[in-house]
Amino acid sequence: MTTKENKKPPPSPPSSSSSTSGGGGTAMRVIVPLQGVVQGRGGLFLGSVIPCALYYLFQLYVKTRTRHRFNSPPTSPHSNSTPSPSHNNLPELSVHPRSLSRTHLSSPTPSAFLSGRAASLAADSPYYAGLYKAAENPYHEVDNPEGVIHLAVGDNKICVDLVEDWMEKNLSGAVLEEGGDFTGIGITGISGCQPFDGVMKLKVAVASFMSQAVDNSVFFNPSQMVITSGVDPAIEILSFCLADYGNAFLVPTPHSPSFDGAAKWRTGVEIVPVPCRSADNFNLNIAALDQAFNQAKKRGQKVRGIIITNPSNPVGNLLSHETLRSLLDFAREKNIHIISNEIYAGSTYGNEEFVSMAEILEVEDHDRERVHIVYGLSDDISVPSYKACVIYSCNKNVLAAAKKLARLSSISAPTQQLLTSMLSDARFMQNFIEINRLRLQKMCQAFVARLKQLGIECARSDGGFHCWADMSALMRSYSEKGELELWDRLLNVAKINVTPGTSCHCIEPGWFGFCFTLLSEKDIPVVVERLQRISEATK
Amino acid sequence: MTRTREPESKSKTSSPSSSSTGMKLIVPLQGVVQGRGGILLGSLIPCALFYFFQLYLKKRRRSNDKHPSSNPPSPSSSFPELPRTPSRSNLSSRGSLTGVRLSRLATTISDDDSAYYVGLNRASRDPYHKLTNPDGIIQLGLSDNTLSLDLIGDWMRKWGSGGDDGLSINGIATYQAFDGVDELKLALSDFMHQVMGGSVHFDTSNMVLTAGATPAIEILSFCLADHGNAFLVPTPYYPGFDRDVRWRPGVDLIPVHCRSADNFNLSMTALEQAYSQARKRGVKVRGILVSNPSNPVGNMLTQDMLYNLIDFAEDKNIHLIVDEVFAGSTYGSEKFVSIAEILESDSEYIDKRRIHIIYGLSKDLALAGFRVGVIYSFNKNVLATARKLCRFSSISAPTQRLVTSMLSDKKFIQDYFETNRNRMRQVHHEFVDALSKLGIKCAKSSGGMFCWADMSGLIKPYSEKGELELWEKFMSIAKINITPGSACHCIEPGWFRICFTTMSLEEIPLVIERIRRVVEVCKSSS
Repeated sequence: MTTKENKKPPPSPPSSSSSTSGGGGTAMRVIVPLQGVVQGRGGLFLGSVIPCALYYLFQLYVKTRTRHRFNSPPTSPHSNSTPSPSHNNLPELSVHPRSLSRTHLSSPTPSAFLSGRAASLAADSPYYAGLYKAAENPYHEVDNPEGVIHLAVGDNKICVDLVEDWMEKNLSGAVLEEGGDFTGIGITGISGCQPFDGVMKLKVAVASFMSQAVDNSVFFNPSQMVITSGVDPAIEILSFCLADYGNAFLVPTPHSPSFDGAAKWRTGVEIVPVPCRSADNFNLNIAALDQAFNQAKKRGQKVRGIIITNPSNPVGNLLSHETLRSLLDFAREKNIHIISNEIYAGSTYGNEEFVSMAEILEVEDHDRERVHIVYGLSDDISVPSYKACVIYSCNKNVLAAAKKLARLSSISAPTQQLLTSMLSDARFMQNFIEINRLRLQKMCQAFVARLKQLGIECARSDGGFHCWADMSALMRSYSEKGELELWDRLLNVAKINVTPGTSCHCIEPGWFGFCFTLLSEKDIPVVVERLQRISEATK
Repeated sequence: MTRTREPESKSKTSSPSSSSTGMKLIVPLQGVVQGRGGILLGSLIPCALFYFFQLYLKKRRRSNDKHPSSNPPSPSSSFPELPRTPSRSNLSSRGSLTGVRLSRLATTISDDDSAYYVGLNRASRDPYHKLTNPDGIIQLGLSDNTLSLDLIGDWMRKWGSGGDDGLSINGIATYQAFDGVDELKLALSDFMHQVMGGSVHFDTSNMVLTAGATPAIEILSFCLADHGNAFLVPTPYYPGFDRDVRWRPGVDLIPVHCRSADNFNLSMTALEQAYSQARKRGVKVRGILVSNPSNPVGNMLTQDMLYNLIDFAEDKNIHLIVDEVFAGSTYGSEKFVSIAEILESDSEYIDKRRIHIIYGLSKDLALAGFRVGVIYSFNKNVLATARKLCRFSSISAPTQRLVTSMLSDKKFIQDYFETNRNRMRQVHHEFVDALSKLGIKCAKSSGGMFCWADMSGLIKPYSEKGELELWEKFMSIAKINITPGSACHCIEPGWFRICFTTMSLEEIPLVIERIRRVVEVCKSSS
């Protein structure tokens, strides 16, 4: 009853006000359109429409503003989490790959659109800048003694002579197959019928070689292999298989500079650094891993796996049995993958024994699905430009997908043929691995000792091709900027191209990677003498 | 002013009864319905609803929304509907794994198999061999050329015994450009000059070498389009495009249908129509991808058509990618015109930066296993990016050296091309002839390695289903693997792609005999 009475009043006020206020009232309404709201008339309708509209416009504004910022999600998270590595500081080393504004700058013409991701690759990190510079003006003892000595790429030149000898003896047989009959590769190899992921013959040879490299403690199944044209595509294919756009991998730093490209560029996967410190000799710390995982989770990132390098690159230390086990436990607990990059497995020289992830898996059977091993065939046998690498996985789905993706980075028939016959020559391989180990050890010791005389300490290493040297004493300021400034001096004044720690996302400034396997013994004094110049100039 | 407030205060004072307070408790929105407290509630409630709605949308979209961050300038792409379908991946990854999740891409592609790939796999499991497996499946589904393999074999033997230092590893350990050594580029530019009619000069600085034409297409897709953008592709097209362009780059392919009435020649109206339809759907079209000579049909783009395509690309401000991997495998009367030729003759009027050529040695030199492909582009930015992406598909050093010395042997190349062309012409002629005696007509072709055969008379329901049934019959009864038109996205059912370069003249009767069996089965059942 009361409602009935109440219903009447609301419609009446507008009519009464308009009738009573006359001309002045209408003028007011025209001038102050919100009057109705202020006075509570038409409240329901306007009161809901106006705030909604305002809110909507606000959202729109926020969205357009954030869109610009969203262009660089893969790079921004890690620069947030680690204070030092955002190599923005040297002006000529353009960084922050994914900024929209640069896209427009680099293609200023009205010409057709280039993809945002293409433009994002325009920038070069110091690592690549150094490579180009060294390639332009390479050092040669006689021809170009003032050239740049190149110590930044993980190549092994130490045993090239052995491979050369083998080639000389076996070349025609290797490529032309038994009896010099080319139709061998002719039909099976040249035709597209050949599987993109490598011929079985090569896989069998690789399996036995890999077993040999870990002292026959593990049996590798050739049918669980996918052969790709190099380490980068192998890592990329695994990233494509294991993570979606915007997901993340945990990677202990310092890590190889090429990971950024391999894991991130095309896949859109992000790298969450797990900083390792000099106090632990840059060994991986599970607590740091856990912390990085939780922080990433808090930021809303989905972590899909861990990428470890063992023996690590650039430091060269080995992951112990216990660390590998606890890594596996960690991965199981978080239900994520492990990519174990073992490209230097055959190039260990220290006292510590190398333990492959595969050995751990022999025992821990139920975790096989989540572990994927990358093995760099060509690096271990001194022929990196042969571009051969193996993905070894027990996960059927990953293998199936990787086999299909291998069509986009497949290894060529002559190379397969060559590698097959080289790897099948068991006596040569045995001999090669032994000599290689001895020479690595000798060279590393000699180089580290000479650096020590200059007051430069190296992290302890047992494998790989690098010395990880602490040159923080030579920096003018203890910061990333100081490091890059020193790198610049090394490259342009001393003419030595090394890998700065920043490029490896090392959390402590002042560390540099020297690839000692590119040197011969008589080159060492030249390098040391050039370093001495820098060290004197600093003092 | 004061008057307008009166009714409200009146109503407040006039409703002190207990029944109305009860009502107020029971129906809290009553005030809103009746207009009381309108401003406050009327603004609060819709705002709250709207906010929750936004929150809900945001949460749902978060997983999809990660992609568009890479393609900022395209607002339409915020809902990319591309191969990475979430529903599918969740289903399959849960079921098959012990909980470790794989990416959507991995789960989508592991069960992405068209008849083309199913056929290839089945044929490779039970391959025909004259002596050891005479009942095996004859592989006519690949685009391979074994007609002149003997010439390559001869050359290799000579080269191997000649003690050439082609494979010596000098210089291998130093830093090597990912996009190919200069010697090979130089040799390739000469070779392409010869293949593309001898009138065009190819600049080595515009070349990027990749491990086959397949990654070349993928790299270009990455460079020219963002996830969710699209290319226009005339159908029927090469089944591999779906994998190279769709899988990892996430670029969509929009079919531009060509019909048998035009001998599957591209029509500009169809192109225009496909473009405007895509635009209406909100899809950003970034380019046109054509193959010339076309795969599978084997016809060629005329000079006029090439000009039209360039104009179209110019008009819409999009890219033009021309796949010319069959440029040297021509046998017909039509003359092949490379787009490079047009660019050279009309260089002032054309914006070259939007035109990209793909070439490879897999087809013309029958070196598919060597994995040598070329991106030839005039766009500096594209070249720079492609060079960086090459690290994922670079050619290994021994192969580069081998190919360099092969291509530098001018006399060999000359001989090879002459012989190969003659053999192709001969086999093609014989085979088409024999097919027409069976009542199977082929589309007119002058290049490539395929017969594009019309078997619509043999299929029962005139549809894709009927076509796949006939394909199954070819596999099981005739034991021949050919490619059904549906795998090439042909709009008319009943067309099949038959590769004629993997059989020799002597094998033609055998293949025809097997096809006859299927024809007879089909005729007797109808």
